[in-house]
Amino acid sequence: MTDVATAVSDPAQEPRRPSLRRLVAATEIDLRLFGMVAALVGMLLVFGIITGGRILSPSNLVTMSVQAASVAIISTGMVIIIVSRNIDLSVGSIVGVTAMTYALLMTGTGILTDVLGRGHPLTWIIALGIGLLVGALIGALQGFVVAYVGVPSFIVTLGGLLAFRGVVWIMSGGQGVAGLDLTFQILGGGPQGSIGGTLSWVVGIVVCVGIAGLLIYSRRQRRKFGFPVRPKWAEVFIWVVGSLATLGLVFIANSYLWPQPLAERWALEHGVSIPPGGLRIESGIPWPILLLVIVALVMSFLANRRRFGRYIYAIGGNPEAAELAGINTRRTVLKSFVLMGVLCALSGAVAAARLNAASLDVGRGYELYVIAATVIGGTSLSGGIGTIPGAILGALVMATLAYGLQYIGLSSPYQDIAAGVVLIVAVGLDSWNRRRGT
Amino acid sequence: MTATERVPLVEMRNIRVSFGGVHAVDDVTVDLFPGEVMGIVGGNGAGKTTLMRTLSGARPPDSGVILVNGQEQTIANPRDAKALGIETIYQTLALADNVDAPANVFLGRELTTRVGTLDDSAMEDATRKVMGRLNPKFERFTTPVRSLSGGQRQGVAIARAVHFNARILIMDEPTAALGPAETAQVHGLIRQLKAEGIGIFLISHDIHDVFDLSDRISVMYHGRLVGTVGKEDVDTDQILGMIILGKKPGEVTEKELAELGLG
Repeated sequence: MTDVATAVSDPAQEPRRPSLRRLVAATEIDLRLFGMVAALVGMLLVFGIITGGRILSPSNLVTMSVQAASVAIISTGMVIIIVSRNIDLSVGSIVGVTAMTYALLMTGTGILTDVLGRGHPLTWIIALGIGLLVGALIGALQGFVVAYVGVPSFIVTLGGLLAFRGVVWIMSGGQGVAGLDLTFQILGGGPQGSIGGTLSWVVGIVVCVGIAGLLIYSRRQRRKFGFPVRPKWAEVFIWVVGSLATLGLVFIANSYLWPQPLAERWALEHGVSIPPGGLRIESGIPWPILLLVIVALVMSFLANRRRFGRYIYAIGGNPEAAELAGINTRRTVLKSFVLMGVLCALSGAVAAARLNAASLDVGRGYELYVIAATVIGGTSLSGGIGTIPGAILGALVMATLAYGLQYIGLSSPYQDIAAGVVLIVAVGLDSWNRRRGT
Repeated sequence: MTATERVPLVEMRNIRVSFGGVHAVDDVTVDLFPGEVMGIVGGNGAGKTTLMRTLSGARPPDSGVILVNGQEQTIANPRDAKALGIETIYQTLALADNVDAPANVFLGRELTTRVGTLDDSAMEDATRKVMGRLNPKFERFTTPVRSLSGGQRQGVAIARAVHFNARILIMDEPTAALGPAETAQVHGLIRQLKAEGIGIFLISHDIHDVFDLSDRISVMYHGRLVGTVGKEDVDTDQILGMIILGKKPGEVTEKELAELGLG
């Protein structure tokens, strides 16, 4: 009561009564995205209640997000592909080929090991570069056939799905390949694959400053041309909420401590004495999550701030109009598939690093999870509509569901059923919402 | 107007377009001078739009020659046409419905900042200025054009064509979706552009519109050019006769005119 009273009695701050509707209008919040965040949090809370809070421990939350990372990285590219009225069914097989590429380059008998010697510091970066190139080439090949030969992407990438899985088998002679470069393994996450507590806070603060910078820049741009701007309080509100969320996530990541045996072994190796209460080493943000954040930023930048993204959306909205506007639609589609190949290669790196191996089945079935995540994230299969953050949230929803159901002891068939139902319900709700014209 | 002594802005000679053996445009020759409005009329399927699409680069002709300012040009795609200063307002409007008005106006020709990012504010500013000439009340610059009214969408399509200082403007039914006030605004705009020396091909179903605005009128019938007449030399009934019968005024018999109720 007193809070409300002070807010109302301060006319300089708030001339009118604050309401939720006014807050939404002033901050120009994307309600769909907000709804998805709410659904994700709700899902976590339900699992939290069922498990008596155990699933909400930092280690579980971090593991969950790392499990989502591989799919989420690809789903940012799938948004671009689907928005431009295409589809890519071959992503899982590209993940397989690139993961196998890394493995063959970096194992004990691997090609790079032969050339550079075991444990050479450049091994992982050269391998990663070659893998990304392989991904880009596969994407370029498929994109060329789609854009310039005119074979529907569904067919081209269905062929790719089959063919490149065969390539994985041939590359390794039908065997999994294990034991990758030690530096490369940090891409897979886990306590040693995280950036540590201090660096995590630095990243968090950089993000907070970045949000402020973007808000100020966009406000200045609009002011320069005399366009309407958000009220000041709304800008501050967005910044505070964004920053608190960022720092909250960093806090959770930093609450995930190295397991005692691991910490003790590390202390022994590095000659650090163990304090009486045990050694507290904060894991911080896992590398795959940091990679996902960077991918999300780059992809959002491409989608919203570059001509490429504008063309992708225009092609999805009206391919003929895009062509008549003078857009080189074929080149744009080709580029989108190259980008997708690169993202699959990144995802393949995370997957291989996590397993410390490349099995014949790495990435198998990814296409379905990625498409499901993208569609749950609000991307329309008929093209023209979709956002990068939405797809990432979709991947997080899928991963949370799978992890949560597994945690409460439901076996994998039930997880599949739940995932299928959630997919249909999410898309059903979305199209119902759209028909209502919100 | 002693048009014949000047070099035409556009000459389209012996243009042919066929779709699977059907001659949509059959050996048509038309020209256009600076500051002139050339009306293109004809019934449905007469080939008006197909003829103009060869000039806008949407569908290159199967044979024939296009000269711009006396120079022969190959227009293989819309980019070529735009590079020659040819802008088109398509009957379908050709808008990407899922993006906003500034994005549509600048589609394919986005303004960018020094670092190569889209300069949305500058594009919105320019769009506000050009839309201000067409539809001063328009304020919805950040919503997808899907949610705009038919008239507003038409306004966006026209804004796109006039913003880039076209020398040659193709308008395919530019007032089809407009109310009386908006139509009057477009007519005013056409006269203004004409005064600036821009050549305009105006396709319209509305004979009175065409008569109001055009200097000359070309009539098409089943893919062929019936003839091109100066507005002063004919009346609307004669044009109607050309559209319906596919014959020049002198060739039409009294009986045919009587059957149309124009005699």
